[in-house]
Amino acid sequence: MAHRSRISGTALVLRGNDIDTDRIIPARFLKGVSFAGLEAHVFADERSALRARSRMHPFDDAQRRGARILVVNKNFGCGSSREHAPQALQRWGIAAVVGESFGDIFAGNSVAIGMPCLRVSERDAALLQEAVEADGARTFAVDLEEKTIRSGNLVVPVDLSDGARAQLLEGTWDATAVLLAAGPQIEKTAARLPYLNGWA
Amino acid sequence: MARKPAPVPAEPVKPRTLFDKIWDAHVVERRDDGSCLIYIDRHLVHEVTSPQAFEGLRANGRRVRRPDLTIAVADHNVPTSNRAAGIDDEESRIQVETLEANVREFGVPYFAMDDVRQGIVHIIGPEQGLTLPGTTIVCGDSHTSTHGAFGALAFGIGTSEVEHVLATQTLIQQPAKNMRVTIDGDLPPGVTAKDLILAIIGNIGTAGGTGHVIEYAGRAIRNLSMEGRMTVCNMSIEAGARAGLIAPDETTFRYLEGRPHAPKGGAWQVALGLWRRLPSDKDAVYDREIVIPVADIPPQLTWGTSPQDVVPITGVVPNPDDAPDEDRRSAWKRSLDYMGLQPGTRMTDVRIDKAFIGSCTNGRIEDLREVAAIARAAVARGRKVADHVHAMIVPGSGLVKEEAEREGLDKVFIEAGFDWREPGCSMCLAMNADKLKPGERCASTSNRNFEGRQGRGGRTHLVSPGMAAAAAIAGTFADVRDFR
Repeated sequence: MAHRSRISGTALVLRGNDIDTDRIIPARFLKGVSFAGLEAHVFADERSALRARSRMHPFDDAQRRGARILVVNKNFGCGSSREHAPQALQRWGIAAVVGESFGDIFAGNSVAIGMPCLRVSERDAALLQEAVEADGARTFAVDLEEKTIRSGNLVVPVDLSDGARAQLLEGTWDATAVLLAAGPQIEKTAARLPYLNGWA
Repeated sequence: MARKPAPVPAEPVKPRTLFDKIWDAHVVERRDDGSCLIYIDRHLVHEVTSPQAFEGLRANGRRVRRPDLTIAVADHNVPTSNRAAGIDDEESRIQVETLEANVREFGVPYFAMDDVRQGIVHIIGPEQGLTLPGTTIVCGDSHTSTHGAFGALAFGIGTSEVEHVLATQTLIQQPAKNMRVTIDGDLPPGVTAKDLILAIIGNIGTAGGTGHVIEYAGRAIRNLSMEGRMTVCNMSIEAGARAGLIAPDETTFRYLEGRPHAPKGGAWQVALGLWRRLPSDKDAVYDREIVIPVADIPPQLTWGTSPQDVVPITGVVPNPDDAPDEDRRSAWKRSLDYMGLQPGTRMTDVRIDKAFIGSCTNGRIEDLREVAAIARAAVARGRKVADHVHAMIVPGSGLVKEEAEREGLDKVFIEAGFDWREPGCSMCLAMNADKLKPGERCASTSNRNFEGRQGRGGRTHLVSPGMAAAAAIAGTFADVRDFR
């Protein structure tokens, strides 16, 4: 898999804390045997609920359709472990999520598909959200090497675990890399675990 | 790649937590960036989060590395009535058939839909003795935290990670921080493990445990049955923690002894010796400590669309004007709007349309006995499930169903007007035919009250099994302590 070090493009704001993965992709869209087509259903229920009230969800804003960076608030992606949530976002076009904090499983799943979840302070999240909402054409660039997000004069530090950063930079989140590098070590560990050896 | 070999384990001088001990025993490799490759002892697989993983194996010409450590079951899509008729919904049927084809192709043990051992993956693991103290357990399902009740490090993973575990029996993980939640005192009558975990989530919030593994300790936890401990650990994820843990003790060992996959004879004695050394060392240090005095909590329920939106049954729907901050105020307003509730309404005045009793949170035999006690008391007073309420009881597994019927609980349920069904995840997340209609309000023993969780536009209130039964009979939320 390719490595990820720089992601740039326009951005999209989704405000609010505790946006759970059931909201990102409701369970009835989890019945497929492939992830293909999930992008059509991202935030399906809240988008249609807003449409019914003649209001617009950010994911329905035609001006934001090409956005690659999603800016959120606290505890984004909490709840269900469904990888369908980051898959739906990524297939819609999102390449990086920037927010104050993330659900642990969502963040791990995102790394596993090469989409970083980057933490920023509450103040910086507000700054970024204002900047994005003020100008839909403004582009932002996430740099994983220097751990920043930049746009013109605006430079905001972002944080992610060293492990996630290394996996993204090196493109080593897949099983092949692990098996090639650690195959014998895996068997050594298995050989010393009592559960796997008849409690001897 | 920057890697160094795992250091030779030295004699441990630093006191360790239960989490530290399990983690250390399973580290295959420590990396310079702080992450570890850890060995997985048990992999539970269900139909929703596995098809793309098996497809990935196939595309790369890989096998399942340890089918003997893997077990599969269909639970999310299965019908809970007239099972002989098969699955009506085409997508659901294809998903289950895909799992069946995959387990055949890759040689993974499987409990089929007509096997009495079939059930919700987090119910059958413990039931079969597949869940053992000191082991690492994963599943493509966030409620894998349930198994932590046995002192196993158990957590949910995504589909890419499912493929990774199928291929390598390992996972790359960042070590979690240690958090301990201590609950001393005794639970009053009518107050259960579900009320306890709802109160904990109400206290620490849905992000309270993020980045941590929560170890539950204290007298109130020690006094819980294994069923109660599973209920508590199950909802760790609703507190933001990927895993919950409870130190194994005599209660754990009594539950496990004689289970089909538990060690037997001499091996049982060896296992006991190892398991008794698992509890956290006396001076172990936690990154975060929380003590909750529990002495007199009333039964709890949620009013909003986040599991942290908890009130006692004696309370009222809160007013956004009283929210602690601006973020909460707007979240509460959104919740009230979705839930169709007015601030200040007494919870006992909120009328329900449905009751759902089941799920990996509360679908075990003890939960059903609690419901039966309320149902019996109601019938003795000439009462039944309210006319306007549909109350479903969905056992967590075929074996739970069999045991309930052996005890005659099914007759009690049916006489009291409950709908007694086949095992599965059912209306916890509405992937099968069991779902709320828009605007319907449900007293549910499940784990998530998110918008649309039990069906598009459905309104979920999380409660204990006894509280769900009491609400079904009263037709509004009611204090279960008045029904015993």
